[in-house]
Order: sequence, then C-alpha cells, then structure tokens
Amino acid sequence: MSRQTLVYLAGLVLLLVAPLLFYPVLVMKVLCFALFACAFNLLLGFTGLLSFGHAAFLGSAAYATGFAMTHWAVTPELGLIFGVAVSATLGAVFGAIAIRRQGIYFAMITLALAQMVFFFYLQAPFTGGEDGLQGVPRGKLFGIVPLAEDWAMYYFVAAVFVFGFWLIRRIIGSPFGQVLKAIRENEARALSLGYEVDRYKLLAFVLSAAIAGLAGSTKTLVLGFATLTDVHWATSGEVVLMTLVGGVGTVVGPVIGALVIVVLQNELADKAGPWVTVIMGTIFVACVLAFRRGIVGEIAARWPGKAGAPKQEHGPGH
Amino acid sequence: MKGDTILETRGLRKEFKGFVAVNGVDLKIRRGSIHALIGPNGAGKTTVFNLLTRFLPATGGSILYNGTDITSVGAASVARMGLVRSFQISSTFPHMTVLENVRVALQRRHAGSSYRFWHSERSLSVLDAGAMELLASVELAPYAQLEAVELPYGRKRALELATTLALEPELMLLDEPTQGMAHEDVGRVTALIKKVAAGRTVLMVEHNLGVVEDLCDRITVLQRGTVLAEGNYAEVSGNPAVLEAYVGAEHA
Ligand SMILES: Nc1ncnc2c1ncn2[C@@H]1O[C@H](COP(=O)(O)OP(=O)(O)OP(=O)(O)O)[C@@H](O)[C@H]1O
Ligand SMILES: [Mg+2]
Repeated sequence: MSRQTLVYLAGLVLLLVAPLLFYPVLVMKVLCFALFACAFNLLLGFTGLLSFGHAAFLGSAAYATGFAMTHWAVTPELGLIFGVAVSATLGAVFGAIAIRRQGIYFAMITLALAQMVFFFYLQAPFTGGEDGLQGVPRGKLFGIVPLAEDWAMYYFVAAVFVFGFWLIRRIIGSPFGQVLKAIRENEARALSLGYEVDRYKLLAFVLSAAIAGLAGSTKTLVLGFATLTDVHWATSGEVVLMTLVGGVGTVVGPVIGALVIVVLQNELADKAGPWVTVIMGTIFVACVLAFRRGIVGEIAARWPGKAGAPKQEHGPGH
Repeated sequence: MKGDTILETRGLRKEFKGFVAVNGVDLKIRRGSIHALIGPNGAGKTTVFNLLTRFLPATGGSILYNGTDITSVGAASVARMGLVRSFQISSTFPHMTVLENVRVALQRRHAGSSYRFWHSERSLSVLDAGAMELLASVELAPYAQLEAVELPYGRKRALELATTLALEPELMLLDEPTQGMAHEDVGRVTALIKKVAAGRTVLMVEHNLGVVEDLCDRITVLQRGTVLAEGNYAEVSGNPAVLEAYVGAEHA
C-alpha cells in the first residue's frame, strides 16, 4: 500500500471517530473551513491564481442556503445545491471580469468585487443586516433523516467534505488539471501549445467558487446562521492564511491549515480576546518568512525518499 | 489546394508607444524550407515572431497562413492551426516532469477535450508511450521522470523541441534554438532540427551563422525593423549592406 493511501485511510478513520473525541460542532466547523481552503488552493496552488475575494463565494452560498432553508423550507440537500449554484454563478461573473488580469491586479479586482458583494449583503433586506440570518433550520435530509441531532449532521458534513476533497483531487489529476498545472508553470508556453488559457482559468475559477460555496452552505446548516463575517474581507484573508500554513499546492495542506487556524481561534477567543488578530498576523509573517512550504510541504520535503512537495523557490504568482 | 507559400506577411508593422520595432516587413516562407531570420540585436526578430504567433497584435499589415488571413485570430487558435513557436529563453514547465511536459502537448492534439475535469489521470496514461517516443527522439528518454527544472540548459532546449514536435506543427518557429549552448550541444541540436524539419517548414532566428549556413535554404536579414536583404547564404553573406549592418552593430 502506498504512503498516500495510508495517510488517506488514517484520515478517514479519524474522520469517523472524531465526534467521539472532540466537540462535534467544532469538528464540523473545521471540515467546512478545510473544504473552503481546499477550494481556494485549487486556484492558488494548482492554477497559480491568487484570489483575494473568496469570502464572497463562501458567504453568498451561506446566505443563499440560509434563505432557502428559512423561507422556502426546502430539504437541506436542495439548500446546498442552491447555495452552490449561486456561488458558481457569482464565480463566473467574477472570473469573467478578473481572469484577464495578472498577478496582483487579479488579486485586487477579486478583492474589489468581493467588497461590492459585502456591501450588497450589508444593505439587502433579506440578510438581516448586522445581525445576519439567524435560526436557520437544519431540516430533514431527503425529507427523511432529521439533521437536528449533531451526530447525524456530523456524518452528513463528513460525507460532503469527503466528496469535495475527492472532487478536488480528481480535478487536479484530470486532463484539465494537467493543463492548469501547465498554465501555473508557464502561461505563455501553454498558450503557444494552443490552449485557450483564459477559458481554463475561468473554469478553474468557477469550480473553486462552487466548492467554496459548498463549504459555505454546509457551514450555515451546521451553525444555523449566516452573517456578514462570512463575506467579510478578513475571511478572504483567513483562507489565504490557512492555505499558507498548511502548504500551498499540496493536496492535504489546506486541511491541516484550516484545522490549526480554526482550533487556535476557538481556543484563543476567550483567553486572548482582541489579541487573536495579532497572533494570527504573527503566524502569517512567520509562515511567509520561515516556512514557505507550510506544514505539509515541510514534512513532505523532509520525508526520506521521494518528496511530494512542490519546490517553493518558484511559487505561484511569481 | 495548398500553395507553394505557407506563410506570407504584407507590410507587417509594430509600434511600441511610438517606437517602430517592425516596419513594413514583407516575408514569404516557402513550404518545406528552412528559413532563417537574422539580424543584429534589437532588429525586431522576436517581435516578428510575436506578431506571427499572435502573441502581440500587429499595428498594421497582414499575415496570411496557408492562404488564410490570421491577422486577427487568437494566439491559441493560430497554434492549433499548426503554426507553433518556441521561445528565445528556454521555455519549459519547470515543475512538471520531463514526460509530463511533452504529454501535455500531446494531450492537446490527441486526447479530445481537455476541459474534462471529471476524468481520471488514467485517461492520460495512454499518451505515455507516444511521449516516450518523442523523448527518445531527442535523447531525453533517460530523464523522463525528472522535473524539467533539473535538466541542464542544452537538454531543456531539446525538451522544448520535443514539446513543440508533439503538436506535429506544419510551420515551426524557433527563436535562437542554440543560444547559450556549449559547442557540442549546438551540433546535436542542429542535427536534430535537420531531422525534424523533414516534412515541415521551419522559420528560425539564429545568431550562429555556421548553423544558418548548415541548415537554412533561405535567409532574411532584418535591421531596425525592416528587411535589409534576402537570399541564400552565399548571396546574403556577400551583400555589403549586410556586412555593414553586422559590423556596425558590433561597433555600436
Ligand atoms: N514589449 C515591448 N515593449 C516595448 N519595446 C519592445 C517590446 N518588445 C520589444 N521591444 C523593442 O523592440 C525592439 C526589437 O526587439 P526584439 O526583441 O524583437 O529584437 P530581436 O531582433 O529579437 O533582438 P535579439 O537578437 O536581442 O533577440 C527592441 O528595441 C526592443 O527594445
Ligand atoms: Mg530576440
């Protein structure tokens, strides 16, 4: 059995027993952010695009699902599908506007668009403004399984996460993923081989937005609310941090990064108060200066034998 | 019917913010020939390549490829029509393996739509044999599993050539394929170009006049964006204006 298979099996076992060991809602929150970070990494790590507006996709899906569950009383799986559809559509709009720009300009445009989305939710009548959309019911899965119980909700979230993670792995390894990698490595060369690079980037952007949306929708079901925090630029920054901490361009890095950040925030929220921001900032700086490969990247690079980590002297967006 | 001329430009022109880099260039490339584009540094050779492959929009003039006007066709489309370029600076996909470098080119031609994000990696392994064959033809087979970034410079250029060949281009544009190479590498790459040029057309920029003499049927000399002379090696090398341009450039 390969090392990779072993790691995944261990992860799966951990996923199944985690709610017995830890507070289930916290684990679910970690899984949602892990999926969010994986979606973000599909762009940064595997396409070379730094989006600084990914909260817009997380948050739009969160609101959309919250709205559908509350006002239309749909079943949770339909609520998720609706949220994902909204994010994917928004992703197509963002992508169409931003994709032709390079590097920092791309990041700035995604940020600006995400800010517009933020103000939209701040003003829109259906989002509950500063209070957010509260008391979203979890509903019954397929109209049969009530998700109100945390353990039922947990295994549903775990299944969504496994699906999302599997999908991203599949995309990375697919013929499409090879082209994305080529674009990340050398866009001009990919173009000279006859690939319409803008279309590939756009599709990658939409897929990333859709999966980020899946994470946001799931989060609303778990926590029962969607708020302005979900669409705030700080959340866009957090996902960058999670991905960097875990390891850009590694498959499991963002999961580890999300775990570290969410647990840290959870632990520190009571103890450190406003200092959380400072601590997060310090981690960010430390990562960029000293651990450019992130946790998973550093481990893979030090592992005896074949290293699976991308070399970082030539990072994305160079 | 395809005519004798595979590529023709008429009054091709490119301005960069008022600076005219290419100024009314008329080129005719004969099908099946190896055609050299030479000239001193800054003459506009690379810019001509960028215009032909639509990496840059022309300011004026037109480009006909196989009789079709491609002056406003997109870069990727031009490549898919069989007009494929290489770059002056070696241009690989550094953190993909040598095999993957060639395979991603093969994939464009042979693997149907590459937008299939739901297909497994196995759908690509059918291309491995073809990729290995191409690598063998440029003596890179032993390096197939290395990352391209780890190859020495001369091998990188060979990889670039193999990647270009994977597209079976009808017209291949090579921008200084021997630049920066050690002497023995130059010989190898020259032989390689001769081999792969069979059955296709090559337009190449080359500073090494020995290579030009050895390989090229026809030569166009560019200076300050305009065509200074055209002919075979003997004609061009005997042309006093050409000598002056090169000597002048060296003493500038
Ligand atoms: N993108 C650009 N913007 C502005 N000026 C440019 C640009 N590209 C090229 N030039 C200018 O156009 C002129 C021609 O450049 P080009 O690269 O085509 O020359 P070349 O013949 O390929 O030279 P070399 O032998 O050094 O490769 C040069 O003066 C160069 O500075
Ligand atoms: Mg040049």
